Amino acid sequence: MASIQELENTASQVRRDIVRMVHAVNSGHPGGSLGCADYFTALYFEILEHSTDFKMDGKNEDLCFLSNGHISPVWYSVLARSGYFPISELKTFRKIDSRLQGHPTTHEGLPGIRIASGSLGQGMSAAVGAAMAKKMNGDNKTVYCLHGDGELQEGQIWEAAMFAAHNKVDNLICTVDYNKRQIDGDTDDVLSLGDLRAKFEAFGWDVMEMDGNNMEATINGLKAAKIKTGNGKPICILMKTEMGAGVDFMMGSHKWHGVAPNDEQLADALSQLTETAGDY
Amino acid sequence: MAKYEYTEMKDTRSGFGDGLLEAGKRNKNVVALCADLTGSLKMNAFKDAFPDRFIQAGIAEANMMGVAAGLTIGGKIPFTGTFANFSTGRVYDQIRQSIAYSGKNVKIAASHAGLTLGEDGATHQILEDIGLMKMLPGMVVINPCDYEQTKAATIAIAEYDGPVYLRFGRPKWPVFTPANQKFEIGKAVTFQEGTDVTIIATGHCVWESLKAAEELEAEGLSVEVINIHTIKPLDNEAILKSAAKTGRVVTAEEHQMNGGLGDAVAQLLSRNNPTPMEFVAVDDSFGESGKPEELFEKYGLGKSSILAAVKRIMKR
Repeated sequence: MASIQELENTASQVRRDIVRMVHAVNSGHPGGSLGCADYFTALYFEILEHSTDFKMDGKNEDLCFLSNGHISPVWYSVLARSGYFPISELKTFRKIDSRLQGHPTTHEGLPGIRIASGSLGQGMSAAVGAAMAKKMNGDNKTVYCLHGDGELQEGQIWEAAMFAAHNKVDNLICTVDYNKRQIDGDTDDVLSLGDLRAKFEAFGWDVMEMDGNNMEATINGLKAAKIKTGNGKPICILMKTEMGAGVDFMMGSHKWHGVAPNDEQLADALSQLTETAGDY
Repeated sequence: MAKYEYTEMKDTRSGFGDGLLEAGKRNKNVVALCADLTGSLKMNAFKDAFPDRFIQAGIAEANMMGVAAGLTIGGKIPFTGTFANFSTGRVYDQIRQSIAYSGKNVKIAASHAGLTLGEDGATHQILEDIGLMKMLPGMVVINPCDYEQTKAATIAIAEYDGPVYLRFGRPKWPVFTPANQKFEIGKAVTFQEGTDVTIIATGHCVWESLKAAEELEAEGLSVEVINIHTIKPLDNEAILKSAAKTGRVVTAEEHQMNGGLGDAVAQLLSRNNPTPMEFVAVDDSFGESGKPEELFEKYGLGKSSILAAVKRIMKR
């Protein structure tokens, strides 16, 4: 079991990877990736019961899905640093002939990815299907899925939410990256999400809240969610995060959703993030 | 050459329902999802036999496609069931990303395809589905011609690893292919050999083509009739061989002329052996309410349209 300090160190290295990857190809999505660095680190280095010897069917393993696929840099970094593929491969992100496509995909055979995502709103349905298959197979492990909050504007999410509750898919923990920002601005300005807790509860989910940029709170929240599994309801975590968390000039607005830092900005960002495990 | 003999009138959707039940008996990983059309898709027999492997998705087709994709991850072989319209255009992006691009072993079973669902009218009569689905890389596209071929195709695709679009219809239609036939994905079936003209047909148009060929033979023409049940991958060899022999090709399908079987055949021939062609298909139009046979006639898909197309090509 890793200490909170060790996990925070890992998250710092993951954040360095994110800004370096995005800078290197002058494209990609640093804001949401930085905001979810603590969540992914907690999940892969502490919570998931999984094997880095990747098998698509993931039988008797916990599974992780990313529905808001544009934050691929954080997932790729954590997958590499937890042993799914060589860390050096991070340098191929978004380049020609890479397994690290702009948005995650199974198409190039990258270990750790079980379905393509990027076109928003589709991940919950796939996670629900995978969770139902686990139940059919007598596999008692858990399925995790991460969503953007802006993504909840897609209708398919609510089809899936209704379906998961109706079918008592209680081996499923869907986390919402609740940073209240999307490409065009604040979610409240673009298309208000309203009372998300009330919405998910009305759909029949067990809803909890968690600070996603505090490692201890994230670990405790994910453990609490795990305890709630098996009680007849799917579980939703409203995870409060800050877009751009860890890099001061990327926080506080939506403008770093999908913009890469220039050389100067990269240097500034890296000066704020300790290199703890060696850059790729 | 395959033999054919009219036996009875039966709907292709029942072929799907009976094939699904058989596929379910053969493999416990076969599961079925349906978007509130269990009776229409003839999925009740599967549901009754395997209640734990049947998933009612409700009127939420996008989610159904995603759930099906997710089920494959745990080794399931999901068949999704709804009308062709809601199996394709309505959920195109879900199929594209979560199934086709992700290489998931989902079988998209699409009933009430084409004009012949009849009275419900154009909102439900999709004529673009073959085109939509054949454009997706890696997607197998199948349109069987009668009850028996649909049943055999359903069993066969359960044994194939990869995404498949299976298109069939609502009305009772002549059954003329043998029971318990072996269905080979991508393999053309030649029902009649001839030397003057080749009719290449799919789905409900195959029977119309055979009837047309009978009349043409009586008039002294030698007509080859090939059934392409698998539009993708196309049986290039069979088509090229026949076109080289007859030098004239007429395609017939219950679909838009744009994007259907005719397009696929034309592309193949133009690249390898440019051959005069005529196309029996719906010409850039939506359908309307009516009886299946009336619609076939009005929209130029029936026997008379095939006869006219053959006569045109013989003059070229």
